[in-house]
Parts: sequence; structure tokens; C-alpha cells
Amino acid sequence: MSGHNESILREPLITGSDITYAKITDDILMPVENKPNRAWWIGFILSLCGATLWVVAVSYTFWFGIGSWGLNKTVGWAWDITGFVWWVGIGHAGTLISAVLLLFRQNWRNSINRSAEAMTIFAVICAATYVVSHMGRPWLAYWVLPLPNQFGSLWVNFNSPLVWDMFAISTYFSVSLLFWYTGLLPDIATIRDRATGVRRKIYSIFSFGWSGNVKTWQRFEAVSLILAGISTPLVLSVHTIVSMDFATSVIPGWHTTIFPPYFVAGAIFSGFAMVLTLLLVARKVLGLENYITMFHIESMNKIIILTGSIVGVAYITEFFIAWYSGSEYEQYAFINRSTGPYWWAYWMMMTCNVISPQLLWFKKIRTSIPATWILSIVVNIGMWFERFVIIVTSLHRDYIPSSWAMFYPTWVDVSVFVGSIGVFFTLFLLFLRVLPSIAIAEVKLLLKSASEQAKMKQIKEGHLDKEQVAEYVESLEKFDSVKQEEYAKI
Amino acid sequence: MSNIKYILGSFGDPDEMMHGIDKLQENNIHIYDVYTPMPIHGIEAKLGIKRSRLDILAFFCGITGTASAFALIYLTSVVDWKHNIGGKPALALPDFIPIMFELTILFCAFSLVGAYYASTHLFPGRAPRVMDLRATHDRFIIAIDAKQNAEHSKIDGLLKDAGALEVKYNERKYISYE
Repeated sequence: MSGHNESILREPLITGSDITYAKITDDILMPVENKPNRAWWIGFILSLCGATLWVVAVSYTFWFGIGSWGLNKTVGWAWDITGFVWWVGIGHAGTLISAVLLLFRQNWRNSINRSAEAMTIFAVICAATYVVSHMGRPWLAYWVLPLPNQFGSLWVNFNSPLVWDMFAISTYFSVSLLFWYTGLLPDIATIRDRATGVRRKIYSIFSFGWSGNVKTWQRFEAVSLILAGISTPLVLSVHTIVSMDFATSVIPGWHTTIFPPYFVAGAIFSGFAMVLTLLLVARKVLGLENYITMFHIESMNKIIILTGSIVGVAYITEFFIAWYSGSEYEQYAFINRSTGPYWWAYWMMMTCNVISPQLLWFKKIRTSIPATWILSIVVNIGMWFERFVIIVTSLHRDYIPSSWAMFYPTWVDVSVFVGSIGVFFTLFLLFLRVLPSIAIAEVKLLLKSASEQAKMKQIKEGHLDKEQVAEYVESLEKFDSVKQEEYAKI
Repeated sequence: MSNIKYILGSFGDPDEMMHGIDKLQENNIHIYDVYTPMPIHGIEAKLGIKRSRLDILAFFCGITGTASAFALIYLTSVVDWKHNIGGKPALALPDFIPIMFELTILFCAFSLVGAYYASTHLFPGRAPRVMDLRATHDRFIIAIDAKQNAEHSKIDGLLKDAGALEVKYNERKYISYE
């Protein structure tokens, strides 16, 4: 295992000087094995209020119909689809972190994949509730499935991207759930073997009888790798197909071939922002600073700069192509977007998604926790506006000026959206209480190679290039969880 | 002495445990199984665990998914009920690709994980067969069948030389049933 040491130039993935296998288990299971603290209760009660609001608003919609939303004849899709695409986008980071980063052997994924995957599952649940609640007659939701029926033999329209989307979202949700749960088995077994009484019985059922023998572990790794391999194109396909809901239409502003890569980049962008929003708080409240380090935060920020810039290039390309197409409707759609009655939404999107993430080029900002946290929220506000701009500004001025209209949300629209955030946080906070928020087994793998103490041992043994050691020590300065005094001596 | 069923060498470090496996095998002592809190690379070769064939299964189940999706779409929208969409052909292959792709992944993932659970006997509610409760926490456990290997003191010595923190003599195979 430790046949060779990891290069000293690589920054540590676990900090602290007294970390043992036992301490990793104890630290990560602290919130699961103890009573929740006050911060958790405050967050949970607030989220539960949001979730209640959601139940009220969605029930109201079911009872009175879609007429309770602010939609009109011209703007037939607004906050519902905006919310749906926003949540699906957020749901992209988890599987991206667990699948794509596994294929690229990015070991820093090990301590963030679990909570990011949980976030993915909860975000997709929120997205799916939008799909059902916007149907008008949600009790007929099963009509989207290709089931034999009594309407002659009329099947679903397989040429429609909405049907593709149903397949994409349900596949994504169920495969993500499988991936997440299979990864959880060893950690549930850890809780089981430390618990007593009823708790042990419950975790025993959910641990599927995991024992951790050689064959199970060996097959576990094979399964993880294959699942990562098939989930990578799956993640990319989901938002591609979501974007086709718009791109295959003939509405100016939607009918663009750039949509699939542009939506995928935007989804990764917003997904990582949400991971940061949640984890920056969780690491502090749960005391996980040694496992989710500044290196993790900085790496995620770098992905945010990259994807944010791709999104920026896509916005500009859309504009250029609208002009270059020579189609006056296409051109008008974009001029109207940036200077029409919804100019404020457009510029909100531009500022939050393209301009402010560029601040992350500065190392000071990228490694500052408050700045990162604020920027991560700004990104998600921007991404909500992006979907709003694409959907509403393309629809509100259609081909006949007499039917031009504006969209005004009702209290139901607002409550469904705010409520869905409550549902998301309720699920996430419950997750933190009952399941380990970090993949315990995967973090243990890093202890002997990529931890600060392993590197310290290497430095103390000597035989290392002095310049490289100096560079390593310098890179530790940004870490808030490293005791700098120990390095002053070297 | 005769009641002892399994001898467990409990290690605190994976490298020492690997060393222990080598030592036991050099002395022709058969290892029943090894329980660890995390995957240890290279251990399967030592214990003669065969390469997994789950990848082959995943491939064929994936292909089945592709074929099933095509069959579903073809039989419903080409054979059973054609839509006339601007006179375009009913067999619109590019339109079929997204669903064919999604079902490939769906079939592949579910059969892969299903086969994994079946082959390693994992299912909800299965009684955990645990020899040492710390094997999922901070200890690396080598289990040796005490009936097959009679020289208990020699095993004890070999395990301790390799760095075992503790050697246990279990009279029951699985303590989790207690």
C-alpha cells in the first residue's frame, strides 16, 4: 500500500497531526451518534417551515389547478420550468464528483462525494415534484410512461424531447440512488457495529449484511468503477436532454444548437456552487475541517471559474449567432432579452454568472471561506435568473404584438419555489443526522498516502528536494485547519 | 482448546496485515478470509480471489437495454401506431437514440448492482456475519480456521511477529449472532 509515497508537491487531503483510522470514524460519525446541536435544530425548523409552505402551495395547485399560477396565454411556462431546470442543474454535481472525478483519479473527491451525491438525489426529487405539479392533472402523471392503454393503441410520442426527458431524469435518479446506496453500505455497517439495541437492528437491515471481506471489497471497487464509467455519459446526457426540451422547439431564443454543452456547463457550475454553499457550513458545524480542507474548496472554486467562463462564452456566442443568422425574429429575441422589459433579469444573470465568478481568479478570494460562500450563493441566484431569462423573455413577446404580455408570479408560484428549497434542506439536514456525511472507508484510504501527517513523516525522514518541501510548506499557508507553527521549525 | 473455531489476528495497520498474510502463507497456513474497514489493493491476488466477471455481465445487460429500447420504440411507433409528422418517416432513428442510450445505462446499472448484491450475498435484512466488530472501524482482521490449522501457538507467534495488536480465539464463528 505504501510501497511508494505520494509526491510532496501534492497538497494534503486530510489535515491534522493525530489522525488515526479510529479518529476518522469517530469524527465523521459524531453527528450521527450524538444528539443534534442547536445550529441543526434552528436549520431544521426553518427548513421544515419551508417544506410546510411547499405542501400548502402544491396542494393548492392540485386543488385549484394551474390557474393559481401567474401563467397567461403568452407565457405558458415560467417559474415552474425555471425551478425544474434549476434543481436538475444543481443535481449534477453529485454524480459528476462521484463518477467523473473517480475516472480521473481525483482523490479529493473521496471526502465530498457522499454529501454531494445526497444533494443530487434531493435536488432531483425537488425537480421531479415540479414536473408532476405542473401537469395540471397530476393524478394522470403515469401517462408519460409508455404503458399499454385503452385509448386504441396510442403510445407516447417517442419523437418528443419531453418523453426523452422523462427517461433521462428517471434513469439519472435511479442510477444515482444505486451508486449512492452501494457506496453507503460499508459505512452503514460501521454505524451498525458501533451501535446497540434498536439502532443496531435498524442499521443492520439497511447494511444488507455487509461484512467487509476481501471478495466483497474487491467486487465493490469493480462495481464502483463500472458505475462511474456509465454514469459519466449519463450525467452529460441528462442536461443535454433537458436543454433539448427547448432546443428542439421553433421559438426564437430557444432554437439554438449550442444549448446542450451550454446547459451541461451551467449545470456543473450551479451544482458545485450548491455543494460549496452546503459544505462550507457543514464542515464548520460538524467539525469536519480536517477532511474537507481548503484544497477541496479551492479545487471546487477552480471548477466554478472554468464552467462559469464556458457559460459566459455561450451567452456571447448566442448573441453573435442571433446576429449572424440574419433572422430578424432571432435577432429581436436577443435584443429584447438584454434591453427589453426584462433587461434587469438579463443583467442580473450576466453579473452573477459571468462577471462575479471571475473574482475567483484571485487566490485571496478563492481561499477565503466567507467570500466563497457568498459567491456560491450569487452563482445560484444567477443560474435561477438564467433559466428565467431563457424561458420567460423568449415567450413574453411572441409573433403578434397584440398578444405580448408580462409574467407576474402569484403567491403560489413563489411559495412552490421557496417551499422546494425548504424540502431540499429538510432532506439534507435529516441525511446529516442519520447517515455519515463523508464516505468513511474512502477517506481511510487516503490516510497513509495523502494526509498531512504522512507528508510530515516524509519531510522528517529527509531525502526530499528542499525546494519542493519549501513549496509544499508554502501551499499549506492557505489552510485554516493546519497548525502553521509546526512548519516554522522545519 | 477444542472449542476454538476461528483464530483472529487483529492489526492496526494495513501494511502490517499484508505482512502477516505473507508470513502465514509462507508457513502453509490457510487463511479463511480477511475483514477490513476499507478496500486493500493487492490483497485479492494473495488470497486467490478470481477476477470479477461483473464487467462482462454489465456489458451484455447494457446491450440488452439498447435492444429493448429500440424494440419498444419500433414496435409502438413504427409498427403499432404510426404518427404522420409532416410526412416524415416513422422510423426516425436519431430520435430514438436518447431513449436507447438511457435504457442502456439503466439496464446496465441495475443488473450490475443486482448481480453484485447476489454474488456477495447482500440484501436488506440479511444477518451480518461479523467475526470482529472493529473490522468496520479501525482494525484489519485475518481469520484462520482453527480446526484445519492445528498449530495454534505457531499461528499466534506468526501473527504477533507481523505486528498484530491482538490475537483472539473465537468459539463462535460469527459474534454478531449473540
